Amino acid sequence: MHIRALEYADEGMDVPDCLPGAVVFHCGPIMACRDGTWSVVAAGPTTSARMNSLEPAMIRRFGIRAIIGKGGMSKETAEAMKEVGCVYLAATGGAAVTLAEGLSRCTGCEWEDLGMAEAMWRFEADKLGPLIVAMDSNGDSLYEKVRESLVTGD
Amino acid sequence: MIKLPEPVEDIVVNLLRLANTKLPEDIGWALEAAAGWETNPVAYTQLGAIMDNVKKAEHMGKPMCQDTGIPVFYVRGRFDSSIAAEISRGVERATAEIPLRPNTVDPLTRANDGRNLGSGMPIIHYIPTEDDFTEITVLPKGAGSENMTRLGMLNPADGVEGVRRFVMHAVLEAGGRPCPPSIVGVGIGGTSDRCVEMAKEALLMPIDEDNPDPDLRKMEEDLFVALNGSGLGPMGLGGATTVLGVRIKKAFCHTASLPVAVNIGCWATRRASARISSEGVKYSQGAIF
Repeated sequence: MHIRALEYADEGMDVPDCLPGAVVFHCGPIMACRDGTWSVVAAGPTTSARMNSLEPAMIRRFGIRAIIGKGGMSKETAEAMKEVGCVYLAATGGAAVTLAEGLSRCTGCEWEDLGMAEAMWRFEADKLGPLIVAMDSNGDSLYEKVRESLVTGD
Repeated sequence: MIKLPEPVEDIVVNLLRLANTKLPEDIGWALEAAAGWETNPVAYTQLGAIMDNVKKAEHMGKPMCQDTGIPVFYVRGRFDSSIAAEISRGVERATAEIPLRPNTVDPLTRANDGRNLGSGMPIIHYIPTEDDFTEITVLPKGAGSENMTRLGMLNPADGVEGVRRFVMHAVLEAGGRPCPPSIVGVGIGGTSDRCVEMAKEALLMPIDEDNPDPDLRKMEEDLFVALNGSGLGPMGLGGATTVLGVRIKKAFCHTASLPVAVNIGCWATRRASARISSEGVKYSQGAIF
């Protein structure tokens, strides 16, 4: 959905109105549809690094305020976060049932043709977590700190 | 072929449900032990969220992770070629019934099959033996960990130390991406293809059992200590719990080769096995082969 959002914006086409100023959750959920209403079955974070080449443009273009994911993101992404005032919140990878409880309501699906994992799902959230600010809007990164102090045994 | 007490298709649905909703006991125990020694508050929070999630998934019968993976099967014992089609039918039904996330796509067009099938899927490894049973094992493999797979065709002169450094580097370079605390599967020897297969098969070995080979046992223990001393921690956020276990398989290789492969299993290394014999079907998540 990152690729499509940026393509549409580049071509001057409309993007879903939830995108400007959004909190983006890197997650390909398992969703179930009953009587035309979607509900979430399991929804944990996916590896954020996969979006490294797209996220700086997403943050700048749409004024993204927070990213929820796992594993952290690149220096280029951190720079865009600093410019726009965006934070990266680390969710626990694999904690998909616990995290799904914090997604209280699904309010729609955009670009369903991309498939369940890649579509853009809209959620209302309540007590989603635990989440940890792992990259802040000053450019500080917990991942970097951990990486710099790794004991590699070399 | 053993006369089967129930359709293979049903057994496969049961296996995928068991693997995806219930964490193997040895991994659950390792998580509990880690929470007991972990003093880093961020790491402790991650372990707590994982254990809470494992309990809820089992209680609610929901997949513990939204990435229900690529279904990788191992069929061992006596079987005939019709078993592949029956496994495929089981995967398709499990995808709709459990439900599993439809994950399989064409690698270039990215078109999703919707059933977790498609060309070349599911992955099935065949191990024919003279035993009086048919054993079907499933290892649903998520992409976060699978994408961190590394193969090194080392120089034999690199020796044991070269192997150790290669594994350390693969796990630390992966950082938080494969959802640590991980289970590290290592293959040593064989050919390039067999080496990568062994690294994945190593993830089927329970982490609370000693390796029968004393040299491999020592290497597993040394890597376990070194990786947990690295400070990477759960989800790469720091802490004393980077891995829950290291498992190694080896095979003879060419005199001019030293292949090493690393296949990382996330904390949710899911596995389940069904042994079908004249006595019925016995499900297990413990020692498989």
